[in-house]
Amino acid sequence: MKGTGRRVAKTANEAFAEAMRQIDPDVVAAYPITPATEIVQIFSQFVADGLVKTEFVAVESEHSAMSACIGASISGARAMTGTSSQGLALMWEMLYIAAALRLPIIMAVVNRALSAPINIHCDHSDTLGARDSGWIQIYSENVQETYDNVIQAVRIAEHPDVRLPVMVTTDGFILSHCLETIEMLTDEEVKEFIGEPPVRENLLKSLEENKPITIGALDLQDYYFEHKRQEAEAMKNALKVIPEIGKEFGEKFGRSYGFFEEYKLEDATVGIVVMGSTAGTGKDVVDELRKEGKKVGLLKIRVFRPFPFEEISKALSHLQVVGVMDRADGVNSYSGPVFPEICACLYDLEKRPKIVDFIYGLGGRDIRKEDIAGIFDGLLKIAETGKKEFNLKYIGVRE
Amino acid sequence: MEEKKKTWKELPEGDILEGGTSLQFKTGNWRSERPVHIPEKCIHCFICWISCPDGAVKVDEENGKFVGFDYDFCKGCGICAYECPKDAIKMVPETGEEK
Ligand code: SF4
Ligand code: SF4
Repeated sequence: MKGTGRRVAKTANEAFAEAMRQIDPDVVAAYPITPATEIVQIFSQFVADGLVKTEFVAVESEHSAMSACIGASISGARAMTGTSSQGLALMWEMLYIAAALRLPIIMAVVNRALSAPINIHCDHSDTLGARDSGWIQIYSENVQETYDNVIQAVRIAEHPDVRLPVMVTTDGFILSHCLETIEMLTDEEVKEFIGEPPVRENLLKSLEENKPITIGALDLQDYYFEHKRQEAEAMKNALKVIPEIGKEFGEKFGRSYGFFEEYKLEDATVGIVVMGSTAGTGKDVVDELRKEGKKVGLLKIRVFRPFPFEEISKALSHLQVVGVMDRADGVNSYSGPVFPEICACLYDLEKRPKIVDFIYGLGGRDIRKEDIAGIFDGLLKIAETGKKEFNLKYIGVRE
Repeated sequence: MEEKKKTWKELPEGDILEGGTSLQFKTGNWRSERPVHIPEKCIHCFICWISCPDGAVKVDEENGKFVGFDYDFCKGCGICAYECPKDAIKMVPETGEEK
């Protein structure tokens, strides 16, 4: 069955805010930051207009925003927030606490470059920096995916086998401020899909029996490791839950989601791995090169945490050459943050593809179709000669 | 006998415990100096009791009397001795022997 399909023009920020209105969380605590400001600005209007029953907490910093969400979530409330770049950076210590306490908080993140120099435009340095914080990370190619991902995030985060916070990302300005026609679900469809938050038995027991509990107490050499092991297991469970929910979403509303999208990859000899809006540009380039008879393809990562290690390995295994497009620099002398993960999942293959990294688009630098075509040509050349003349190339920077 | 510790599968999720578990965590052995009470000087004003950051001063509330120190939890910070208006508490080096 398909959704009732209300087609509306929305920017990703508006789509985030609309999804939040439909989710109607118990608590939203947020602090404004470009380019994510609009999300909570629009949402606060919904609160003022009485369209939601949310308790809106206008806090004094992002550190407090995440702290307030943690407090709310501990008490059993559905809590959401939104941020970008420096705001996410200021939340850092609370990110780890939210995940380790197993709190299903949902955060809309509009990807923006980290300072310095100060910049408000898109790259993925902010969320990729938080890759080991224990948050599930879902990246969006366009406004439609941004919207769909937030709705699914609620179910993923609150699944009893997972109970981890989820950040859904969208590309700053490229998506956050650009109008796109999307299909929104009705309020009822969203309500029905997300359902009521599952009751946390231990919290309920504490209330019923009037027995106070301690959360996040001192946990030294003898127990910390066991709690981290639980968190790791929850992230592993998310690997099972995310595609189930993506499939159910597809059955109900016509748009299915998995860990990643393979675009003309099946019979390709070379392929690129991308995240976010660049995937859209990349697909256009694939189409054009295919017309010239070039066997190129693309893999768009949607779910970066948990990292679908085996699935990505399988999807890329037949390629001769893989090019990873990193919209962040690891500043580590050899690659961006996505590259080593793709290398790792290819390492054990009998016949492993050659692999190179391309760092592009830092601070919102445009990535043009010619740039991506150039990347493909480079990969095809490696496939042809069997020789790799570089491991890392910067794309679009003035040399 | 060694305490049987829970595995990661048995532990309550996300570090959630019943309240008051600090009672099971005896921090007294962190002490390098211990407070010793001098009853002749004490006026039972309870300033030590209200100043102790660890709740390690024991008092008899009904009779308004200083009772003693809870050496299971007293960390030997010396605040009680510093605050006592009558010098009725002195800090002595911890020898490791139970007194
Ligand atoms: S502060 Fe000194 S005088 Fe007052 S109760 Fe304590 S030991 Fe006694
Ligand atoms: S030494 Fe410090 S911890 Fe011990 S009883 Fe005095 S104030 Fe309390």
